[in-house]
Formats: sequence, C-alpha cells, structure tokens
Amino acid sequence: MHRREWVYGWLFLTPALVFLFAFTHYPAFNTILGSFFSTPRGRKPAEFIGLENYRDLVADEVFWKVLTNNFWFALGTIPISVALALLMALWVNGRLRGTTLSRVAFFAPTVLPLIAVANIWLFFYTPGFGLIDQLRSGIFGLPAINLLGNPDTVLGAVIVVAIWKEAGFFMIFYLAALQSIPPVLREAAEIEGASSFYYLRRVLFPLLMPTTLFVSINAVINSFRLVDHIFVMTDGGPDNASSLLLFYIYEVAFKYWQTGYAATLTVVMLVLLSILAIGQFFLFDRKVHYQ
Amino acid sequence: MNLTRRRVPEFGVMLNSVAMWTLATLWALPLLYAIWTAFHPAAYETRFVITAPLTLDNFVKAWNAAPFARYFLNTFMLVTMILASQFILCTLAAFAFARFRFPGRSILFSLVLLQLLVMPDILIVENYKTIRALGLVDTIVAIGLPYIASGFGIFLLRQTFMSIPRELDDAARIEGCSFIGLLWRVYIPLARPTYLAYGLVSVSHHWNNFLWPLIITNSVETRPVTVGLSVFSAVDAGIEWSVINAATLMTSGPLLLGFLLFQRQFVQSFMRAGIR
Amino acid sequence: MTCFGKRFAMAAAAATVITIGTASSALAVELEFYFPVAVGGAAADTIEALTEQYMAENPEVEIDAVYAGSYQETVTKALTAARGGKPPQLSVILSVDMFTLIDEDVIMPFDDLVETDEDQAWLESFYPAFMENSQTGGKTYGIPFQRSTPVLYWNKDAFAEAGLDPETPPATWEEMIEMGKKLVVKDDQGNVQRWGVRIPSSGFPYWLFQGLTTQNDVILANSDGNETSFDDPKVIESLQYLVDLSQKHEVMAPGIIEWGATPKAFFEGQTAMMWTSTGNLTNVRDNAPFDFGVGMLPANVRRGAPTGGGNFFIFNDADDEQKAAAFDFVQWITEPEQSATWTIATGYVAPRPDTWETTTMQAYTSDFPAALVARDQLEHAVAELSTHENQRVTTLFNDALAAAITGTKSPADALAEAQQKADAILEDYR
Repeated sequence: MHRREWVYGWLFLTPALVFLFAFTHYPAFNTILGSFFSTPRGRKPAEFIGLENYRDLVADEVFWKVLTNNFWFALGTIPISVALALLMALWVNGRLRGTTLSRVAFFAPTVLPLIAVANIWLFFYTPGFGLIDQLRSGIFGLPAINLLGNPDTVLGAVIVVAIWKEAGFFMIFYLAALQSIPPVLREAAEIEGASSFYYLRRVLFPLLMPTTLFVSINAVINSFRLVDHIFVMTDGGPDNASSLLLFYIYEVAFKYWQTGYAATLTVVMLVLLSILAIGQFFLFDRKVHYQ
Repeated sequence: MNLTRRRVPEFGVMLNSVAMWTLATLWALPLLYAIWTAFHPAAYETRFVITAPLTLDNFVKAWNAAPFARYFLNTFMLVTMILASQFILCTLAAFAFARFRFPGRSILFSLVLLQLLVMPDILIVENYKTIRALGLVDTIVAIGLPYIASGFGIFLLRQTFMSIPRELDDAARIEGCSFIGLLWRVYIPLARPTYLAYGLVSVSHHWNNFLWPLIITNSVETRPVTVGLSVFSAVDAGIEWSVINAATLMTSGPLLLGFLLFQRQFVQSFMRAGIR
Repeated sequence: MTCFGKRFAMAAAAATVITIGTASSALAVELEFYFPVAVGGAAADTIEALTEQYMAENPEVEIDAVYAGSYQETVTKALTAARGGKPPQLSVILSVDMFTLIDEDVIMPFDDLVETDEDQAWLESFYPAFMENSQTGGKTYGIPFQRSTPVLYWNKDAFAEAGLDPETPPATWEEMIEMGKKLVVKDDQGNVQRWGVRIPSSGFPYWLFQGLTTQNDVILANSDGNETSFDDPKVIESLQYLVDLSQKHEVMAPGIIEWGATPKAFFEGQTAMMWTSTGNLTNVRDNAPFDFGVGMLPANVRRGAPTGGGNFFIFNDADDEQKAAAFDFVQWITEPEQSATWTIATGYVAPRPDTWETTTMQAYTSDFPAALVARDQLEHAVAELSTHENQRVTTLFNDALAAAITGTKSPADALAEAQQKADAILEDYR
C-alpha cells in the first residue's frame, strides 16, 4: 500500500512538476547562476566574474534609491489596503443601504487592466485640467499642483493607484470569511453588552487572522509585482523617485541589456520576497486560530 | 439606558453609510470617468457638462484601430486554455499532496510554494529561450505555458482537499473506486467553490496580462486584447483619453459584466473555499 | 487535335502554370518586419497598406508586418528575438539605438547591399541632418523613415489677446521670455490659468533639451558615440535657462511636465506656446479650437533642433535572398510617392528632398504650409543624442535633467554628476 501510494503520488505530481521546473525553477536557477557572470555582448560571451556584479550592486545609488522606494511603497500599500479591505468587507456585509453597488464599485478595479487604467489616473493627476486639480481649483480655489512631476509626492501618488487596484480584491476574501462566521457569536456579544468595538477587536479580528495572513502575503507579493502603472504614469521618474525594484529590473534587463546585472537584482528581489513572505507566515502563524 | 442604546446605533449606521458611499464613489471614479469619456467626444474629456452630446465614435475608432474581434477570440481561447490546464494539473498535484505519502513531499511542496514568489514575469528572457527551443514562439499556447503550473492553485486545492473527511475516501474505495474515480466523484465536486474562486482569480489575471504576451506574440492570430490596447499608449501624439477609455470598456466589459451577474456566486464560492 | 484534346491541353497547361505559380509563391522570400507606432493608430494601417501594395507589385516576396508597440517595446522585442535566435529581417527602430544594435552585432551596414550606381545614389539622397544618426565608421547602418524634429506651436488667439502680433512667434530666447510673460494669465486668486510656454520634460526630457543646447551652440556627444560633454558650461547655461523659465521668469509650469497631456493642455488654453514634435501636426490641426501657428524653435546663438524618430535597419541573421528583398523594400518605401503617402498620413518629415517636389506633397504643403517648418528647420538640425549603451547614458542624463528641473540639484551639480557617470560607462568604448 505504501509503495503504491508512492508511485501514485509521484505520478499525479509529475505533470505539474514538469511545468514548474521548466518555467519556474530552471529559469530561476539560471538567473541565479547568471548573476555571477558578466553580460554577453555581441560576439563576446559571458565570463565568470564571481561577486563583481554584487559589488556593483552595492555601489549603485539608483539601486539603493529603488530599494528605499519599494520599502515605502510596501509600507504604504500593505497595511492600508488590508485595512481598507476589511473595512469594505464589514460595510458591505452589514445591513446598510447600497451595499450591492458599493461592492461592485470596490471590486471593479480588479477587472480593469492596469495598463489602461493607468491612463485614467494620469488624467486625474494632470495639473491644470486633471480631475484632482479641477476639484481643487473649483471647490477650494487652490492653485494647480503637479503630483506626478514632484519627487516628493510622486511615490504617494503611485501608492494610491496600487491601493485602489488591490483593496477590492482582498475585500472578497474578507467578505467570504465574514459570511462564514456564525451569527451566534454576534448575538452572544450583544446579549453580553459588548460594544461593537469590543466585538471587532476581541472576537472578529482573531477569527479573521487566517484571512489576514493570506491577504497580507498577497499584499506583500503585490508590493513587488504591481509596477504596470509606473510605465504609463511616470516611467520611474522624476529622477527615479517612483521607480520600484521590478521596474528597475526591467530597465536593466530590457533597456540596458545588462543581463548579468539584472540577474543580480532579481536574486536580491527573490531573497527579499522569501524573507518577507516566510517571515510573515511565522509571525502570523502564532496568532492564527484555525476553526 | 434603552434610549441611548437605540440612538447610538442609528447614528453609527448613518455615519457608516455615508462613509461607505463616499469611499465607493471615490473608488468608482476612474470607471465613471472612463464611461464619461468613452461616450462623449474628445472635447469633453475635461469638461463635465451634462448637456454634452453623446457619441459612439470613440468605440468605432477604438474598434478600427486594431482587430479587436480577433483579439477577443484569442484572449478567450487563451484564458480558457490556461484555466483548463491549471485545473487538471493543479487538481492532480493537490490531490497528491493532500492524500498520498511519499518521500520528498514537504520539499516538493515548498518548491511549489516558491512559485508564488518567483513569478514568470521576472523570468521573461529565460522563458523566451525555453519557448523558442520548443519551437512555440508566437502561439497562444506559449503565452500560457509558464503559468499553467500554478503554485497558488495547488495551494488552494490542497487546503480544500485536506478538509474533506477521510471517511468519504474509504467509502468510495470500498465501492471499488480507483484514485482517479475518487477524485472525479468525490473531491472535485466537493471542491467546486474553490474552483470557482480560483477561476475568477486566474481569468482576471490572464485577461489583463500584458508584457509577456507582447514579447512572445507577433501576429494578429495570437495577440490578446491587452496588447491591442497598447496601440493607444503611444505618447508622441498626446493621449486620446476618449478613445483609450472606449477601448478599455470594450476589453474589460465582458469581465465586468461577468462579475455583475455572478457576484453572489463568487463571494459564496470564496467563502466555501474556506480561505480563512 | 480534337476540340476536347485542345481544351484538355489548355487545361493541362493552365494547371501546370497554376502549379508553378503556387510553387513559386511557396518558394517566396519571407520577411518579418517589425514596426513601432508612436503617432496614433492610423499609422499602423498605413504601414500595412504600403506593405500590401509592395507585395502586390512583387509577388515573390512575402512581408509579415508586425506591429511591435512603442519605440522602446520594438527595440526590446527585436533584441529579445535576436537573443532567442529568431530575429526579424527588417525593423524600424529609433535611430539613436544604432550603436546598441551594432554592439549586439545584429545589424548590417546598407553599404554591403549596394550594387549599382543607382543604389549608391539612393543611399546618398537623404537629408544630411537625418543621416547623422544613421552613419558611423564611414558606413550607413540606418535609412531614415519616420523622422521628425520638434517645432514651436503657438496659439494665435492668445497672442492677439495679449497684445502680441499673432503672426510672429518668438525668434530668440529673450523674446520667448518676454512674450511668455505677457501671455501668462492669472485668475482672481493669483493662480495661473494659462502659462506662456510649455516644454514637456517627462519620460525623455533630453530631446527637447537638445533643442536648447543646439541653440546655444554646443553638442552633447561626439559622432563616434563614446564621449559626452554634459558638463560643458554652455550645456549648464542651457539647463539654467530651462529651469529659470519656471523658477525665475514664471512663464512655464514648475516641476516635470507631462508629454502625453501637452497637446491637450494647448487645446484647453492652458499654455499659449508649446514645444513638441512635428509628428503632432495632424493632431493639432484636427483638434485645436483656435488659430494656431507653427514655427522653428527660437534661437540663442543660432537656430537649432535635434532630429528624432526611427530608421530602417536590416538584420544580419538573414539569408542573402532575404537581405536583397529587404533592401529592395526599403528602397521602394522611401521612394517619393510612398514617402509622400506616409508623410501626409502621419506628420513625420519626408527624409528625402525629392519627395517634397512631388505633386502630392506640393498640393499638401500649399494647403498646409505648417508642414514645411520642420523641413526648413533641418538645415539647423543636429544629430539626436546617441552613444554606446545609449539607453543607460540617456537615462542618467534624463535623471540629471529631471533633478535640476524639480530643483533637487543645481544644474551644475546634476550635469557634473551625469558627466562622471557617462564617462565611467563610455570609457570602455574609447
């Protein structure tokens, strides 16, 4: 029986493993390997240069800028989008009016392609006749503001777009979790005279921990992945103020064709992602209550 | 005591309602703007006058700018192919992880989880070489290949399968079911919500995927709709918001409509998929 | 021969001819041709129509015209394909990517395909300004196709309102400031409603900035593409002028100015003058709700502008038949008639003098003289900034410009740093 399980296990697993290896692990391995080689140019092949790429990385001020940006981007998008998702789910799940429409409104960004939506946001942020400025000058009489063209505000502007894109998607997970919580708990809390806040903090929140964990990990991955809008809105500028790690990797790999250095950057990103994701997992694991 | 009890919830309800509506309006603004500009001529891109003339010209222009009919077909075929392959591969793999014991199980599972982090988007040049070696450049199949073994899918399905009581297994085995039969008759039907939930995520992601399809496809017969949209991203002549928004509505229309019609099912399926 | 027999013979002959006909098209030379589109969707149709026309006239050649996205996407796609072992035979790519394409060893010089005197004459029939980005080491690697220069557009109604002569654009840097100041319109709260001039600086500020440096009589990089002069005092001066336009004279909006929104800003009356590509000509003509003028960019020490746009490149990983066919196609599509069709459909500058002499072009320009401005500016035009590892060098230059425009660094500091970094990269190529 044991032997048969063995065989079956491997058999069932093989198709998926073949594709995984071919398109994830093998190229990833090649990339890590490639980070120790120089970039091939025309007829000159790649040469083994050991840690030189990594030394270049440490000396590259654009890399550090990009890393800092990504850190702020993660700090900006993760907690806010998760919190907003929970808030949206709580609202939509309740007995307020207009929840159906609200739910559609919150979820709509998920189905819109980021490359097209980025143009809409570009319009919103355009100084002068953009929507934000129209509201500012029309209602408040304020002068035009150039949010995308100012290195101090551009990252914030980009963060807003990312939050807008992902919060609704996370909301669905929270909504599902909320709807599977037995209403008995709520009733019991009311009978005991507990306030809504108490209920939220002491009952709901812990019960939602698994969802929060799941959503947070997704948010972490997204904070590295959501760069499409940067291509359209700011191209990483001004002066790399809105450039993120994945965007920089694209530039290095596909604009500068420095495949060796790009591999190095990719390795850094993989390491970061692994640490963050695994770290989160362990952090939350202790707090998670499984039913 | 009773009076205060009754007043506070009402005020709270109003506050929450207003807050929700405000946020929902803010959230819907980009879509509303897209609808406004798509149906009005370019001169009204920045002017929000109620009496502005309506027009379908933008849609005509957008439709003619690229062979969208073919692109839609390609996208539909692509998404269906990916979904079907993912279901098959991930079901088999998840079942293996959930029910079989074999050496290397944990290690392999971590390798699978790794795929969540190591996205095909980063490995574009390497993957292009692989596809080329297989002789599949510029095919719809090639767009989907890096994605069909989905770590996320395996993870989700494994969770679901693990929560199915073993008694059902034994009952079916007693009846003489093979493993495949067991899968087909017991596990898959019980995991339907998960499939639905995962399907939504997958379709949404691949409908909107842009850069990899752009690199791997060359011809009209294989390009998906997002690549078609990129025609409007050209910046030299200035952005034509009315046309690009008409194109956006056209391309995400089906998805949006799908969600509108099936929202309840989707939410319920997420709930029953037990993602907690 | 009986009637039947004759008919049979004829049918057999016809069948043979058809078979040979299809057989020869099965032996047709196949070309893959990547092209970018940077001026709106209709240009793609024009390319496809022209390609169809060529194939109709040359049935033994099959060209698969592949729309490859923007300039950036096209060069990425072409190089990815080359690295993957399956490059196109022919592509229109930004002229300034020439050095990169040579370094990657993917393109071949056109001189190698020149056989007759006619070919040679054709090779030499393009405007010298456009050839500057197409030649190096004495050979021609690119043939100009969709080329442009920036020009100055101005709002005649706004000029009249401000008390300026609507037919006279600023001709010098000082005039641009003076006129700009008169054109600025503020509302009651002191917020600016209309700026005097708009020089976009998002994405690739170096292009329009090159207008300023040329006007200040300084060149940014040498023709071998291995040395830059970013920290030349005249370059610093030009950058200071640009920065002063918003910070000191307040005739231009502060911060980075978006390219994509520029024509719209012009139509909305948010700016009275704008610097942008001549490729926008048709767009402005169709959409400006006022009378507008098009003129050369103002001079400082001299008139000046960079050229821009894409060239044809032939890839060397193709067999001789394909190369010959590609060569023929490029020659055909740059002939006056086809070039005129392309120019009128898009607003790019026809790259050969004889195209402007055709009746089609004469009719077009007499109806729309603004189209001549870019051509006339060619005598003052210089090569667009292009070096080895072009994307890297250009990007760090763009970053320096952005830093100065947003006030994060002073022009002198930003440019000095840029020069240092560029030197570090280009050392290897000297």
